[in-house]
Amino acid sequence: MSTTAEVPVSPAGNPIGFGRMLRKEDQRFLRGQGNYLDDIKLPGMLHGAILRSPFAHARIVSIDTSAAEAHPKVKAVITGKILEGLKLAWMPTLSHDVQAVLATDKVRFQGQEVAFVVAEDRYSARDALELIQVEYDPLPPVVDARRALEEGAPVIRDDIEGKKDNHIFDWEAGDREATDRVFAGADVVVAQDMLYPRVHPAPMETCGSIAHMDRVTGQLTAWSTTQAPHAHRTLYALVAGLPEHKVRIISPDIGGGFGNKVGIYPGYVLAVVGSIVTGRPVKWVEDRSENLTSTSFARDYHMHGEIAASRDGKILGLRVKVLADHGAFNGTAQPTKFPAGFFHIFPGSYDLEAAHCQVTGVYTNKAPGGVAYACSFRVTEAVYLVERMVDVLADELGMDPAELRRRNLLRPEQFPYTNKTGWVYDSGNYAHTLEVALEKAGYSELRRRQEEGRARWRAAGGSPENPGAGGQHLMGIGISFFTEGVGAGPKKHMDILGLGMADGCELRVHPTGKAQLRLSVQTQGQGHETTFAQIVAHELGIPPEDVEVIHGDTDNTPFGLGTYGSRSTPVSGAAAAVVSRKVRDKARIIAAAALECSPDDLEWELGRWQVKGDPDKVKTIQEIAMLSHGTLELPEGVEGHLDASVVYDPPNLTYPYGAYICVVDVDPATGRVQVERFIAVDDCGPRINPMIVEGQVHGGLADGVGMALMEAIQFDSSGNCVSGSLMDYLLPTSLDCPSWELGETVTPSPHHPLGAKGVGESATVGSPPAVVNAVIDALEPFGVRHADMPLTPAQVWLAIRGRPLRTDIVE
Amino acid sequence: MQVPAPFDYDRASSVEEAVALLERHGAEARPIAGGHSLLPMMKLRLARPERLVDLNDLTELSYVRTEGEWIAVGAMTRHAQLAASDLLARHYPIFQDAERVIADPVVRNRGTVGGSLCQGDPAEDLCAVVAALGGQVVLRSSGGERVVAARDFYLGPYETVVAPAELVTEVRIPIRPGSGSAYEKVERRPGDWAIAAVGCFVTLAQGSVADCGIGLAAVGANGYCAPQAEAQLRGQPATEESFRAAAEAAAAGCRPQSDQRGPEDYKRDLVRELTRRALRRAAARAMAGGA
Repeated sequence: MSTTAEVPVSPAGNPIGFGRMLRKEDQRFLRGQGNYLDDIKLPGMLHGAILRSPFAHARIVSIDTSAAEAHPKVKAVITGKILEGLKLAWMPTLSHDVQAVLATDKVRFQGQEVAFVVAEDRYSARDALELIQVEYDPLPPVVDARRALEEGAPVIRDDIEGKKDNHIFDWEAGDREATDRVFAGADVVVAQDMLYPRVHPAPMETCGSIAHMDRVTGQLTAWSTTQAPHAHRTLYALVAGLPEHKVRIISPDIGGGFGNKVGIYPGYVLAVVGSIVTGRPVKWVEDRSENLTSTSFARDYHMHGEIAASRDGKILGLRVKVLADHGAFNGTAQPTKFPAGFFHIFPGSYDLEAAHCQVTGVYTNKAPGGVAYACSFRVTEAVYLVERMVDVLADELGMDPAELRRRNLLRPEQFPYTNKTGWVYDSGNYAHTLEVALEKAGYSELRRRQEEGRARWRAAGGSPENPGAGGQHLMGIGISFFTEGVGAGPKKHMDILGLGMADGCELRVHPTGKAQLRLSVQTQGQGHETTFAQIVAHELGIPPEDVEVIHGDTDNTPFGLGTYGSRSTPVSGAAAAVVSRKVRDKARIIAAAALECSPDDLEWELGRWQVKGDPDKVKTIQEIAMLSHGTLELPEGVEGHLDASVVYDPPNLTYPYGAYICVVDVDPATGRVQVERFIAVDDCGPRINPMIVEGQVHGGLADGVGMALMEAIQFDSSGNCVSGSLMDYLLPTSLDCPSWELGETVTPSPHHPLGAKGVGESATVGSPPAVVNAVIDALEPFGVRHADMPLTPAQVWLAIRGRPLRTDIVE
Repeated sequence: MQVPAPFDYDRASSVEEAVALLERHGAEARPIAGGHSLLPMMKLRLARPERLVDLNDLTELSYVRTEGEWIAVGAMTRHAQLAASDLLARHYPIFQDAERVIADPVVRNRGTVGGSLCQGDPAEDLCAVVAALGGQVVLRSSGGERVVAARDFYLGPYETVVAPAELVTEVRIPIRPGSGSAYEKVERRPGDWAIAAVGCFVTLAQGSVADCGIGLAAVGANGYCAPQAEAQLRGQPATEESFRAAAEAAAAGCRPQSDQRGPEDYKRDLVRELTRRALRRAAARAMAGGA
């Protein structure tokens, strides 16, 4: 299982197994030869555009489409009324709610879909939107989630029979009474309110779909930006009543997903309807503003945390209340039983006595969706909460945050560890990983330099009244130690709309020993075509360049739930290993037949079966492949060929973890923060392709810096989204990122065939609290204990003055 | 993909032709230079010109040169050319300071001096620079040429004195031997518009400020300048104390508004801080040899 073992090298210079190799897919990406949705042009293809609501909450009085229909290039104008006739005005969400495909009664968020125009070209479709006359009767909106449950608040979802409020669900985990007892007896109890703001995945490629309903064959083919093509196919069958065997979903190259491309958006359904109505293929691709204002956001958790501890720094309990803003339709993507995702992991990496959380979900007049965005189903929010609370406690106790963590981390002998909400962490050696990170950072030296800096600041006259004295800056050091639960998941616990979260995988070894691996998961830039080829290479000794990875087309791949929640390697990676082993086992029988011995007499060396003690008697996997297709007489009951398929149902989640340390420089006069250093030590088990893992970590760290310092989808009090462009919704650039300092420890998962734990979201989950903890640490001379993200210059300046702002609503 | 409303398009091959086209097509025609402000607005359909007159072939307007007592910058000079100009670097390092923090290299390769000034975005750094330096703007129409002081060029946010059939052809900056200049900006992220920014020049004589100019961006200052602060500083010794007094005057004289970038009092405080920093740096440059 070790990644450091000697790995043979293929003729093309690639590792036959785990190790660094350039990504196979980069040949086409770097040459601009990828095939993304908008690159696809079908004969006779029409273009769709969506008319959206300017209001957050309004009744639709009337829609007049006659002028748009009269536009010479318009082929169809579709409204909610037309969809009602087709029983398609509403579609199920991934959370057992419904969402309007096109509004019929009222609009419930700014940017909601109101009408769809199909025209000969994109320009005409867009022009025709302006010819549609909609009369609205504005209603008071619910913008502030904290007031959504107030008596007399406008009821957003009056489409749901009997609905009299904006409540969606209450959910809890942990032991309330035990937690209350621990809190009652604790020396120290500290509380902190914190918001994890609404953020957006903002993939470089926006969402879109091309639907082609072939009137002759009755076959629907949809090319869609989807992370989960098989789930989409089944959902189309369920939504539209289309026969599933006549539905084919093709997910071409995807320019980033981050959860944004898990669900089905109204635009996808409208492309299908457009094609049914016109009989021609219809392409719909949203623009940047549509992506930011109408597709799945993430987070938006208003959290109240309380932490209990002994005076000497033993953490005893954690108590959390969450108000979850789900927008106008509950469209979060998460396993059915878990309305708050995997927030269960909020006790984090710590050995505490009791924990309890309660989450309440509410509707607001904002875009629906949620949970999307590299968050492992709310693990991001949970990690942020616990890692901020530990720092708040350290501040209260006057204790170094590294030392406080050291005293409370779970110990290696406690694994497998059942946490206080009942989740079983598979493996870990936390203290070691923390020490590796502290060592790499030069932690004590950093603290010494921080003290010197503060002394200089004070000597220059620095004080809360004169924060900018002498132009002195302040250093901040932030730590986060995170544990994720990823790789959903065991079928008996986890499903989406009744579809269990297991993944199929098929391996075909051709007569010449070249192979094709068919996956149910879908890459969006993660490098699946390389990583999965390396898994086959590792198991069968076939060079990775000889393994073609096929994915994204439901007609050509086995069923499975797709790529999100860091699940590709934990679930499909395991499936790829298991299917390879199945082929290996069959190869053994064929080799034995060819070598005229018993399979028991053979031993496996990478890429060959050989007779024990007689390595001259050997058949390579390539030879065996040819034999399996040839005339060799096989033992009774053994079929020819060397293909296999499996369905992998993971026995448990995997629990990657890591220790992150961030060093920031804060200019207290202007509030400007610069991330100076970032040390990230990840333990995701063995690394199949360390270069790809590091790339994932780099991206996640940049993402975390963005969320901590600049990203937020904000609304004004009328419910207007004020973050609808990339000038308003800021994304980090290379100038915001230091040169990342990465490290690793390797603690394999005991239940994954490769020991791998998944890493896709680790850095996105782990980095925001490290950055925020660092900034708050820098502000220690001002007595600042917390300020909500994003920590913009203004927010830092205000925090220094004791009045940080709410970051969800802009007045 | 965001797509603009239909429009017609002409590509001018000379200043005379551009002016004639603008005159012929009236107020619904807009000149387009780098297009980094106009095109996004068209794609969002916030701007709907019926016709674009493309100025990008007017290489005759692309230059940075001395003309007597002035540095003349052609209106079609790109931001990247300003940043790379040795002449400007020698006389006015404020240009390099500012250009390093204006948008990103892609925008700077395309965006022009004339376009930036005519757009009149309240947060445009280059407007504050030219205002600080007491520059002049040259405008051409079929009736001839006129010259307007940069500080009188603006009627308000996004509003200038440029008439519909008039074209900005040049910006002029007076040469001030021995001066020092600097630009200070705080933004939410590199490449973003300023939360607040301050640019200045100072000319020193026997340790005192003989002359100065202070420009402000993004804080609602009329004509992007701070005349009270300049009056406060002229004739004073070039000391921290004088800079502080000028900074107070600059902060008091502007009218920032609360928005997503920050509350009004924060922006005012930034003006205070950045004015001091800019003056300090400009004075140090003047003392180190100056322009």
